[in-house]
Amino acid sequence: MKLIDTLRYATTAARGAPLRTGLLMVAMSIGVAAVVILTALGDGARRYVVGEFSAIGTNLVIVLPGRSETRGFNPANLITSTPRDLTVDDANALLRLPGVVRIAPIVVATTEINADGKLREAMLLGTNENYLQVRQLKVALGRFLSQDRSGHGTSEVVLGALIRREIFGSDNPLGKTVRIGDRRLRVVGVLVEGGRGMGMTTDELLIVPVASAQAMLNSNTLFRILIEARSREQIAEVKAQVLKMITQRHDGEEDVTVITQDAVLQTFDKILNVLTLGVAGIAAISLAVAGILVMNVMLVSVAQRTAEIGLLKALGATATAVRELFMVEALLLSLTGGLLGLALGYLGAAILRHIYPSYPAYPPLWAVAAGLGTAMISGLVFGVMPARRAAELEPIQALAKRA
Amino acid sequence: MPSLPSTNQDLIELSQINRTFYLGDSKVRALRNVNLHIAPGEYIAVMGPSGSGKSTLLNLIGLLDRADAGTYKLQGDDVTTLDSDAQAQVRSKRIGFIFQSFHLVPRLTAAANIELPLTLADMPAAERATLVVKALKDFGLTDRAQHKPNELSGGQRQRVAIARATVQRPAVLLADEPTGNLDRITGEEVVRLLEALNAQGMTLIVVTHDPVLGARARRQIKMEDGFIVSDSLSSSLAK
Repeated sequence: MKLIDTLRYATTAARGAPLRTGLLMVAMSIGVAAVVILTALGDGARRYVVGEFSAIGTNLVIVLPGRSETRGFNPANLITSTPRDLTVDDANALLRLPGVVRIAPIVVATTEINADGKLREAMLLGTNENYLQVRQLKVALGRFLSQDRSGHGTSEVVLGALIRREIFGSDNPLGKTVRIGDRRLRVVGVLVEGGRGMGMTTDELLIVPVASAQAMLNSNTLFRILIEARSREQIAEVKAQVLKMITQRHDGEEDVTVITQDAVLQTFDKILNVLTLGVAGIAAISLAVAGILVMNVMLVSVAQRTAEIGLLKALGATATAVRELFMVEALLLSLTGGLLGLALGYLGAAILRHIYPSYPAYPPLWAVAAGLGTAMISGLVFGVMPARRAAELEPIQALAKRA
Repeated sequence: MPSLPSTNQDLIELSQINRTFYLGDSKVRALRNVNLHIAPGEYIAVMGPSGSGKSTLLNLIGLLDRADAGTYKLQGDDVTTLDSDAQAQVRSKRIGFIFQSFHLVPRLTAAANIELPLTLADMPAAERATLVVKALKDFGLTDRAQHKPNELSGGQRQRVAIARATVQRPAVLLADEPTGNLDRITGEEVVRLLEALNAQGMTLIVVTHDPVLGARARRQIKMEDGFIVSDSLSSSLAK
C-alpha cells in the first residue's frame, strides 16, 4: 500500500470515530500544552530573575557586612563578638584598588517625606554620585547628587518618579524644599520611572548623600558597598582583593561577605533551569498518560474493527500493510493532538504575558521540540502493540465477528 | 469417497486436507481427508448442515485458513507452504470473496470500497480510477458511487461487494451464503450476477444452506462432519 493511500485510509478511519478521535486529541493536546505552558512559566521565572539581577548594573561586586560562615577560633573573637561595621572609609579605601572603576556605598532605611502639606512613607537611600552609573539609572529631571567633597553631607535629594508624582503632581519639583525626618532638603533631580533591581523599585526612593543619611539615622554603618569592576574578566580578581583589603582593615577578621553579580546570576540561572526542567518533567507525565490513552484507544479501535481487519486481509492486505495502517493512525492522532496542544500552549503563554506583562512567559524552544517529540514517540511506542495485534489477527477469526 | 478424476488443467487441487479446531477441551474435526479437484470455469455449490465443514472448506480454498495436513495447489502452485505475505498476495490477485454480511467498510463510499483491493495491491491512482468507474458501470452502481453502505439497499450492498471481489479479475470467486441476508427477489438478482460472472469464465464456488440456490449450480458437493459425502455433476440427474 502506498504511503499516501495509507495516510488517507488512516485519516478516514480516525474521522470514522469522531468522539474517540476527539477525546484522544484533547488528551494529547493537554499534555503538550501543559509542557509548553509550564516550561514557559519556569523559563519566564528564570528570565525575570536574571533580568532583575542584570538590572542592578554590570560587572558588579557587592560587599555585605557580616559572615554567615562558621569558622575556627580567631583571637579577634576574644575582643569582640560582633562583626565590624562597614564604613564609608572602607568604601573609599576600596577605590584605590586596581580594577575598580566606581564605588557606591549604600545606606537604606524607611523614612517619611513631608512636603507641600503631604506626608508619605518612603525608602531613604544614602549613597554617592556614582550610584547613578553603577546602577545604570537615568535622571528624568534636573541632575543626580553632586560630589560630597566635605564628607559631611549636603542638603540635596533626588526623588523617585512615584514620590514626585504623588507629592508634586505635575508641578516642577526642582528647587523645592522637602522635609525628610527632621531635615530640610532641596530637590535637585527626579529619576526616570521604572528602574528596578533586587526586587525593589526606584520609583519610591529618596536618594540623599550617604553622609546625610548616616547623620539622619545616627549611625555610621553601611548596608552594602557596590563596586563596579573594570571588566567582566577582572570581577574575580577584584572580589579577592576586596576581601583581602577589608579583612586587613578589620584587624585580620574576615567579617564581610563578597558576592559577585555573575555568581548570583549563574546560580539563579542554574536553579531556575533545573526548576523548568522539573516542571517540564511533571508535564511530560501527562504526555505519557496521553500516550497510554493512545494505546488504549487504538486497542479498542482494533477490537471494534476486527471484521474490517479480516476483510482487509481477505482482500489481500499483508500483515505489514495492516500494521502500518494502525501505526500511521496512532501517529496521526498523536501528532495532530500534539500540534493542537502546541497552539493551545502558545495561546496560554500569550494570555499569561497579557495578564502579567512584566513576566516573560515564552516557552523555550527545546521544550516545544521535546513536547512535540514526546507526543510523537509516545504515539509510536504505544501504537506498536495495538498495530501488532491487528496485524496478527487471523483473517478467518476476524471475519467471523460480525461488524 | 467420490471424487472426479484429476486433470492437468485443475484450477484447485486439494489432497488429503485435514483441519481440526480445538474449542476448549473438545476437538472439532472440521475437514477430514478431503480430496477435491476443481477445473477452471466450474460452478459449484457446497451444501450441508451447520458444522459440516463447508465454510472451513471455503476459507481454506480462499487461503483465509491453513490446513493442518494435506496439500493445496492453486493453478498448479502449491500454496500450502507459502508464508502469510505470499498468501496475501495470492488472495489479492487470484481470489475474490463475497460474504453473507457484505463486509463493506462503513465509512467508505461504494466507490472507495470497490477501490480498496486495488489500493492494497499498490495500483497507481489513475489506473484504479478507471477500473472503479468500469466496475460501478458493470454492476449498475454508477449513480450510487458516492453513497456510504448505510445509504444503500441490501442488494446494492451485495453488488458493491461483488464488484469489489471481482475488480481484480480473480480466477476464483468464493461466496459464503451470498443471499443469506437478502430477500428472495434481490437474492435472485445477486445469484444471476454471480452466474453471469461464471459465464464469463470465472470459477464460482458458493456455500449455501438454500437447496434452491444449490440446485442451480452445475456441480454440488455435500458435506457432513468434515467429509465430502457426495459430489455430483448435475442436480437434475440427482432428482
